Amino acid sequence: MAMTLSNPARRRLRTLGFLSPWLVGFSVFFAYPLIATVYFSFMHYNQIKEPTFVGLRNWTYVFEQMPLFGPALRNTLWLVVIMVALRVVFGLSLGLLITKIKTGAGLFRTAFYIPYLAPPVAATVAFVFLLNPGTGPVNEILGTVGISGPNWFNDPDTAKPSLVLLSLWGIGDLMVIFMAALLDVPKEQYEAAELDGAGAWSKFRYVTWPAITPIVMFAVVTGVVQTMQYYTQALVAGKVASGVNIGPGSVIQPGYPDHSTLTVPQLVYQMGFQNFNTGAACVLSLVLFAIAMAVTMLLMRKRSGLLSAED
Amino acid sequence: MTSTTLTAPTAPAATSKQRGPAAARARRKRILHWIAVHSVAIAVALLFVLPFVFVFLTSVMSDSQAMSGDLWPDSWHWSNYKEVFETPGFLGWWRNSLMYAGLGTLFTVCSAIPVAYALAKFRFRGRRTAMLLVISTMMLPPQVIVIPMYLVWAQQFHLSGTLWPLIIPMAFGDAYSIFLLRQFLLTIPKEYIESAKVDGCGEFRTMVKIVVPMAKPGIAAIALFQFFYCWNDYFGPQIYAAQNPGAWTLSYGLESFKSAHAVNWNMTMAATLLVMAPVILVFFFAQKAFVEGVTLTGVKG
Repeated sequence: MAMTLSNPARRRLRTLGFLSPWLVGFSVFFAYPLIATVYFSFMHYNQIKEPTFVGLRNWTYVFEQMPLFGPALRNTLWLVVIMVALRVVFGLSLGLLITKIKTGAGLFRTAFYIPYLAPPVAATVAFVFLLNPGTGPVNEILGTVGISGPNWFNDPDTAKPSLVLLSLWGIGDLMVIFMAALLDVPKEQYEAAELDGAGAWSKFRYVTWPAITPIVMFAVVTGVVQTMQYYTQALVAGKVASGVNIGPGSVIQPGYPDHSTLTVPQLVYQMGFQNFNTGAACVLSLVLFAIAMAVTMLLMRKRSGLLSAED
Repeated sequence: MTSTTLTAPTAPAATSKQRGPAAARARRKRILHWIAVHSVAIAVALLFVLPFVFVFLTSVMSDSQAMSGDLWPDSWHWSNYKEVFETPGFLGWWRNSLMYAGLGTLFTVCSAIPVAYALAKFRFRGRRTAMLLVISTMMLPPQVIVIPMYLVWAQQFHLSGTLWPLIIPMAFGDAYSIFLLRQFLLTIPKEYIESAKVDGCGEFRTMVKIVVPMAKPGIAAIALFQFFYCWNDYFGPQIYAAQNPGAWTLSYGLESFKSAHAVNWNMTMAATLLVMAPVILVFFFAQKAFVEGVTLTGVKG
């Protein structure tokens, strides 16, 4: 047995064997479609006739003529900045709060965590109901204290903030990650800081923050990538709030109201699967890919949780 | 995880027995701190739980009351739930969701174990590159590759209108599960593996007999994550199953349910709760594995 194990060729074969599911998966379901997306971005293709080469036409179309590209890109970037920032701040605050709770910690943790598990479609439909301007419980309650509530998902100015509220409701994953990071900070450091007469803020600034920076970076990187893909909630909220009697698969202008909830992934779907403009859809996919990769690399340069996982 | 706190340990018994204004002041401060923290926590917890309460209360209202904005049902219409189940297609969506989530989870676990084991415990050239590729796959928005994939499944394999294009790829390693499980396997001391080999176990037997039993919490975590991912997935079924209502999943069908019951918020809320229920039930049974998994991704990850 020792003999066979030391045989390098056998060992290489064994490694390949163990890795084979992923090697196949990576080539077939990642590398191939990525290359094909680049290929189709230079083709005119309506999914019926053979594709024909059109050079940069799809690219100039998307960047110069496509009316919805501007709003979709702006909405996506708005969501990336606002949602990620608020989620990190709110998740960290909740993490700090939960570590300070002495009675009923398990109960509180469950209460904060459960909404994260709600399927996005169900959570979105529920929120559109709760925030329904005329008849929803939230405006009803606001009314009893004399506030006339906003139109939430039905007003272009408040539709995106309403989506942010929905995403803050599902903050449980970040809370747990931050909570674990906070509990990992060595207690001796706090004791030492206290002996030096540090107040609550100094302790956070000089002990807690340096210790959790990698986790904050991790939360920002994954948050940016997740928000770049933001799709289900924006689409479902727009469809349900519009109140139009439409089923899945129906062709509607996405982003109700006034394209305020239209995101780039929704545009990819519309172009690729409703307008059958494969070339334009692939250009949009690559824009999404480029932004996600650029942001990720920028953030990973600083020591992030992801890179430190390397060894 | 227990309710550990970040504050310094409370004064030992000897000092707390001391009487005097300083001790009393410290005691008062601790009590005020306790009250402040718990009041904030209760307020926040209420905000998190109230949506569920309103959704539930609306789900048992009469048709007309559900549109009125009332908060409390006049009478409890439990039959709404029965009606939801009797809606055409609803049971089929359950079956499809269970098939997608069940097979998807099984495939993911079976393919992730050997890959994660090799990445965690084998030394080979290109290991670092492989890890970087796994991570970059995790980072890729699914919309980037969906169009060529759809074309292959629809045109070469004629599988559009089914969930197979979503299930089959899971037999070939899901990057997120591989990454997570690999992080978990790193924590298993290599002495166990070495001693198994000294006893004459081959690499595959070592994995099955030694590593898998020790990695149960990690495997449970990736299984749960994958189950939830499939159960919650909307984009995938929309791409592949949209044309065929017989292949819709619960997450996908829910929105059409709302359209069919355009004004019936009570029915919609009952259906919404039924879509949430399995996920929340599973969570209560497997809370520990789940929280461990989340922690592992973020902190050790």
